[in-house]
Amino acid sequence: MTRALLSLEDVSVELPTPRGTLRAVDKVDLSLMPGRTLGIVGESGCGKTMLSRAILQLLPKRAKLSGRVRFGGHDLAALPAESLRRLRGPELAVVFQDPMTSLNPVLTIGTQLIETLQAHLGMDGAAAARRSVDLLAAVGIPAPAQRLRQYPHQLSGGMRQRVAIAIALSCEPKLLVADEPTTALDVTVQAQILDLLAREQRRRQMAMILITHDLGVVAGRTDEVAVMYAGRVVERAPTAQLFARMRMPYTEALLAAIPKLDSPPHTTLPAIAGRPPDPTRPMPGCSFSPRCRYADDHCRHAKPTLADPERSGGFYACWHPLTLPAAVGT
Amino acid sequence: MADSTSRLNAPLLSVEQLVVEYPVSGRTLSAVADVSLTVGRGETLGLVGESGCGKSTLGRAVLQLRRPTAGKVVFDGADLTALDGEALRLMRRRLQLIFQDPIASLNPRRCIGDIVAEPLVITGITDRNERERRVRDVLAAVGLDPDVVWRRLPHEFSGGQCQRVCIARALILEPELVICDEPVSALDVSIRAQILNLLEEMKQRYGLTLLFIAHDLAVVKAVSDRIAVMYLGRLCEVGPTEAVFDRPAHPYTALLLEAIPVPDPTVMPATNIATGEPPSPLDPPSGCRFRTRCPRADRLCAEKVPILQATAGGQTVACHHPLTG
Amino acid sequence: MAVLELEGDTALVSPVRRRGRRLGGLFVAALFWVVLIGLAAILANVLPIVSPTDMDFLGKRAPPSAAHLLGTDQLGRDMLSRLIYGARISLTVGLLSPVIGLVIGGALGMLAGYFGGRFEALTVGGVDVLLAFPPLVFALAVTAYLGQSALNITLVIGVLSIPAFTRVARAVTLSLAQREFVVAAQTLGATHMRILLRELLPNVALPLMAFFLLAVAVTIVVEGALSFLGLGVPPPAPSWGSMIGEGRESLDIAPWLAFLPAGFMFATVLAFNVIGDTLRALTDPRPGAL
Repeated sequence: MTRALLSLEDVSVELPTPRGTLRAVDKVDLSLMPGRTLGIVGESGCGKTMLSRAILQLLPKRAKLSGRVRFGGHDLAALPAESLRRLRGPELAVVFQDPMTSLNPVLTIGTQLIETLQAHLGMDGAAAARRSVDLLAAVGIPAPAQRLRQYPHQLSGGMRQRVAIAIALSCEPKLLVADEPTTALDVTVQAQILDLLAREQRRRQMAMILITHDLGVVAGRTDEVAVMYAGRVVERAPTAQLFARMRMPYTEALLAAIPKLDSPPHTTLPAIAGRPPDPTRPMPGCSFSPRCRYADDHCRHAKPTLADPERSGGFYACWHPLTLPAAVGT
Repeated sequence: MADSTSRLNAPLLSVEQLVVEYPVSGRTLSAVADVSLTVGRGETLGLVGESGCGKSTLGRAVLQLRRPTAGKVVFDGADLTALDGEALRLMRRRLQLIFQDPIASLNPRRCIGDIVAEPLVITGITDRNERERRVRDVLAAVGLDPDVVWRRLPHEFSGGQCQRVCIARALILEPELVICDEPVSALDVSIRAQILNLLEEMKQRYGLTLLFIAHDLAVVKAVSDRIAVMYLGRLCEVGPTEAVFDRPAHPYTALLLEAIPVPDPTVMPATNIATGEPPSPLDPPSGCRFRTRCPRADRLCAEKVPILQATAGGQTVACHHPLTG
Repeated sequence: MAVLELEGDTALVSPVRRRGRRLGGLFVAALFWVVLIGLAAILANVLPIVSPTDMDFLGKRAPPSAAHLLGTDQLGRDMLSRLIYGARISLTVGLLSPVIGLVIGGALGMLAGYFGGRFEALTVGGVDVLLAFPPLVFALAVTAYLGQSALNITLVIGVLSIPAFTRVARAVTLSLAQREFVVAAQTLGATHMRILLRELLPNVALPLMAFFLLAVAVTIVVEGALSFLGLGVPPPAPSWGSMIGEGRESLDIAPWLAFLPAGFMFATVLAFNVIGDTLRALTDPRPGAL
């Protein structure tokens, strides 16, 4: 068995807020093999973004990280700033949700790409310019040579996200973290961007973490899925297995809430009642119990841990796992 | 058009040959080009298209928030484009708008009780008790506890809760038509379902007519009786929801349908989705505006603008080479 | 199965505890200083101090003593008394001038930002003209024609502060006027007046107030500079600026004559800035972005 490219051991992230300490990520263990894709799914505030920031070591200054983030043999949290800087780009890259804020508005696309290439790969200007044209073409931008001279605001949202991906891919990273890369985009553009990411990931043998709130997005495009709720991973399984046999009621509810194309109009959607718990007020039992229709007293008082009792490769944290195949919409 | 027998049979809203243009750095951008639509009483019309296709502009033009360049907006027999000042102000109460960004649509410095009571104050309902009673009723109707939320400020709420407040504010005057402009696209999947269900429930309870604008066909399908698909300012296809979804006649509708992510890993995501993005509305293609992305386009499409025609499937489509019929 | 939402949503995000406990010692000190100076200025007539114009020729430039707590100036007048009466001028001009700018400039800016069009073009043009006019020449011209008095100084600085307030108000209004909650008020059939007063004003008021406090600090300095140049309040009435000007002549033998009023002015200006900054941070409705 090959060594994991990325492994998180007992990672927690705490943030001080005026209302008390917010535990954004709560004891998460994850690992990712080189060249594989992992989907992290959850609602806003479930900690998925903070977890990705912990991996990238881009946490806010006041956040407190505990546990270990190991990436290719390094403990990222213990790495000095300079080595970390050198790791970003050639090893670790990121694509954010809003390409307008991740690109510098006063520099041309070309300047931003070329500078990245020069800084990390030590290319000379001409070589970097040629390489930039190739990269833009690879991410499906028409007339790439002309685009180099344009500014981010002259491009559409989809095109900007393509540019952000080109910059992320420019140094051939071993791991790409895509944090809600398509949430700000139209459905048609979303499909194109997801296809682009999947294609480049396969071609470059790059590992990828795809973070989203939509189970539909990870379905055909990841090897493994981790579902997060209230800072914890509550279910983790190979993608096909997860969709075939959901064990955690939360995952089932999340799937059922997506409007289906094959149900007739005016079908009432099985929404998840209520809202996620206040992350500053930890509760003793399962965090999902107040919204879960299977919850009983035991669930409210004892916190289930993530385990794989059946040795099937599917981990879940639930006292009353679903036994039947996911019964969507019932 | 022999349908003038009774006002009840006539559509509540009819948009007739609407054109909305505005100047952009010296050129004219035609955001809505010759669109005609009707929405019947009690009906939900879903208006679908990518960003920049003019669907939000159309919604705002109906409310006269953006004055149309040409065409008519007839609401319950009255042409809104001909109204002005006080008459328009009074008419607007019968039409309401719900926005995409629920947090930005609430004044950050006013408490929820005030925000929801504001329409009553504007209408001139001076009786405090009556105001309070109606605010309580509508807050409870949208699933918020009036005692808990009354004195709070919008930033204390999540996006989904703010959208509930916005819906309460839109409904308190008991309008007839509510235009929902991407009401759930800023929300998480789980919250999305709550809000869509709430809109359906409110529609029954208050007898609303909805114009539901969104870019996600799956969301639109969940609530609409009829669908209108828009591309670069023009209508591509209009028809009953089931017909449009089962047998899309316009290649663009088919493209939108293909793009929806299916939450099932055994279904391979459709690749080779018609590539590219819509061209700039400042410089739309000649003839059929979709032809630059259309797999079926030929010379005819470049020369002649297709007009809406009925298909065998029950919808109308503006295409020289429709997929069915 | 539909899950009705009637019962849910009562568990709100727990409210932010009222801020206020962590204001910081600097803010408290600033507030204390402003209140102290303000009270002294208001109660100057009642306070047991000698008249600021009484001259004691035997005790010129005297160091602090029991009779004169902060010493006397070059004409033997009591420094403490002159500083307190000087605070009257500085604070009156410092507070009233920005009020003129706040009211006129704030209103013009909001109207320009909300209505746009020709009115906005006209306002922005007018403001630019006013900005281009050399302030010192304007002050000279006004005092030459209307005479030197506290009122004229207030008017001059007030008028000169209008452009800045207009710009701040217009910029804030512009960014708010396109926001959905303003459009929502329009679709409810609200009148322009109501939108301006109920939706926009509460949001424009706080940035304007923060700017107002900054303007107070600047005005105190400007008034000091004008008085120092002899364009301010006519002698023998004391003002911090004219006191610095008079004290300058004896910097080598009695440096406190210039440094005391300068120190008072410094402390007051700093205090207003600190209060302005703290209030701006406190009144942001969001509890610090996550």
